[in-house]
Amino acid sequence: MKHTISVLLQNKPGVLSRVTGLFSGRGFNIESLSVAPTLETDVSCLTLVTAGDNNIVEQITKQLHKLIDVIKVTDISEFEFVEREMALIRVKAEPSTRAEILRICDIFRGRVVDVSAKSYALEVTGTCDKVQAMIDILRPIGIQEIVRTGTIAMTRASKKY
Amino acid sequence: MKITGAQALLKCLEEQKVDTIFGFPGGAVIDLYDEILASDKLTHVLVRHEQAAVHAADAYARVTGDVGVALVTSGPGATNTVTGIASAYMDSIPIVVFTGQVPTGLIGNDAFQEVDIVGITRPCTKHNYLVKNVNDLVPTIREAFYIARSGRPGPVLIDLPKDVMASRIVFPEPQQVKMRTYRPTYEPHPGQIEKACRAILKARKPVIYAGGGVILSNANEELTQLARNADIPVTMTLMGLGGFPGTDPLSMGMLGMHGTYYANMAVANCDLLIAVGARFDDRVTGRVDAFAPHAKIIHIDIDPTSISKNVKVHIPIVADCKHALTAMNTWFARSEEFTAAAEKENHLAWLKQIAEWRAAHPLGYLEEPGVIKPQFVVQKLHELTKGDAIITTEVGQNQMWAAQFYHFNHPRAFMTSGGLGVMGYGFPAAIGAQMAAPDRIVIDIAGDGSIQMNIQEMATAMQYKLPVKIAILNNGYLGMVRQWQELFYDKKYSATPLDVAPDFVALARAYGAVGLRATKPSEVEPVIKEALATKNLVVMDFVIAREEGVYPMVPAGKATTEMLLV
Repeated sequence: MKHTISVLLQNKPGVLSRVTGLFSGRGFNIESLSVAPTLETDVSCLTLVTAGDNNIVEQITKQLHKLIDVIKVTDISEFEFVEREMALIRVKAEPSTRAEILRICDIFRGRVVDVSAKSYALEVTGTCDKVQAMIDILRPIGIQEIVRTGTIAMTRASKKY
Repeated sequence: MKITGAQALLKCLEEQKVDTIFGFPGGAVIDLYDEILASDKLTHVLVRHEQAAVHAADAYARVTGDVGVALVTSGPGATNTVTGIASAYMDSIPIVVFTGQVPTGLIGNDAFQEVDIVGITRPCTKHNYLVKNVNDLVPTIREAFYIARSGRPGPVLIDLPKDVMASRIVFPEPQQVKMRTYRPTYEPHPGQIEKACRAILKARKPVIYAGGGVILSNANEELTQLARNADIPVTMTLMGLGGFPGTDPLSMGMLGMHGTYYANMAVANCDLLIAVGARFDDRVTGRVDAFAPHAKIIHIDIDPTSISKNVKVHIPIVADCKHALTAMNTWFARSEEFTAAAEKENHLAWLKQIAEWRAAHPLGYLEEPGVIKPQFVVQKLHELTKGDAIITTEVGQNQMWAAQFYHFNHPRAFMTSGGLGVMGYGFPAAIGAQMAAPDRIVIDIAGDGSIQMNIQEMATAMQYKLPVKIAILNNGYLGMVRQWQELFYDKKYSATPLDVAPDFVALARAYGAVGLRATKPSEVEPVIKEALATKNLVVMDFVIAREEGVYPMVPAGKATTEMLLV
């Protein structure tokens, strides 16, 4: 099962490598990962998506917590949460398909961020599934390039944990 | 007044009450060595290979119960410590390793003797640091010692660029280390203690399974009190030997792959398993689904990751073993439901059953006339040292025979590379142990294979006049691998015969040590007696039965009840 885990960690050199090394060394999966600073400049928030049964996820959270630089580990899939991922997609745009591409972009509430004579670059934000759905629909038209971020996630307010 | 980084480091060692370090110099740490020469408070033991420095520091830590320290140079000096660090990590031994590094300006430049030792040791240290700014030096060292010795202990590495050692700072006032992210749990949850105690009251077939955590947390007395008070038989892991008196009637010796028949049978049939500071290692559990299949499991461990990692635990207690066992003993003392007499009555049939298993298959070996059996040598060592020696081992058959036949009655008397299984650990460990306990008898029980992995340390022992005794159980094989080849690979002895070997007696003499040899059983006792009476490094070469095996043995991946017996 997929789990989204949020890790607050001290922003020190090598700390990301401690996290990824833990995953590779113990044979855990990382499906996606994203890191950025929080309000406190010396604290970063790392969101990672991993898969595994309950035992594995329990080990993952415990092992993460054991790292000296880790402040807090939350398996936010245990709570109600929102998650977002972003993708930039460059699609082949010929006169015959332009309207179709824009319509698809609209349906997914995406935006056109770059235009050339032969292509559109689209930006889409949403859950991993939504981003994937848009990619699947654009694929027959001709995708030239994709860049996706990792998932970021946050628990919903008023839920205590 | 400003002092250099090197001077500050020495002041930190003094602050941490470190009086002995093990090391080997080099260009990147030359500033430190300059200060060490000037210091009258610090004894530096010059090893002959950096791996030995770490093993020696490891054993020093085990004997003293405090942090062991090693110091090496950059590049190869640093990489040579990796095995020692990984071993200390697996066995949770508190050490701090200082490595030299090229000057900060050259880091990342592929400079001479540069290596990213922080990157290399990240997965085998509890934590590690590269100190790039001299102002961080002292707080980092204080934090490193704190991390190494607190919680589940372990190795911490500090990488020291050469220019940082030469830069000047004002030495900061001593300060208690406070960390935002690292706060080990020492006190057990009272509710869990009560649950555990009630489970013990209900149990009819309980077993205590004690590991290295008992020794690390100095909980042997509390454990002994619990076991004797509630009349619970005790089995120990390799790392736990000495945590409960090995000659006590309640002791079942070691469990697992080369554990006793009765310990393994007891665990397989118990209704309550009380795991204390142990981690359900594969060498202990065998096939996991057949390990204590009928038991409710209590697990006391300071490291939450150890709990329910390999085996599902019913009553987890995250705490220091000493604190948890004290809480349990107190609970029983206050409880009206508990009486020692009732517990004795409750466990009568169970202890009788274990005695029957013990009688059916005691720990033993077959004697052969005229041939020295390795188990006999270990028994003689036990007898002639009255069980009071500090024993270190190498890895393989020598290690298992030492564990089986030297019945440890005291903690911190058995040093072995348990988790990582490092051949070459025992001799440097003996050096570290002898430095820590100059008046004790220290014996390295070795094989002819593994002793050669750090045999250069004879020069170290001679230099510091350390009267370590090495007992080589010499069978001309890499014996444990040979045993596996005999049992599971049709006796195809690939790369295990050591047909070419040094004359260990002559080799000892070449270093200025004493060499003795025994080739028949009647020579064993005189050789040991002479060695014990000699105030010098002694190598005892026992020419033993070539193809003797270690039994009982649970083949890898089998249930622990599927033992091959003598």
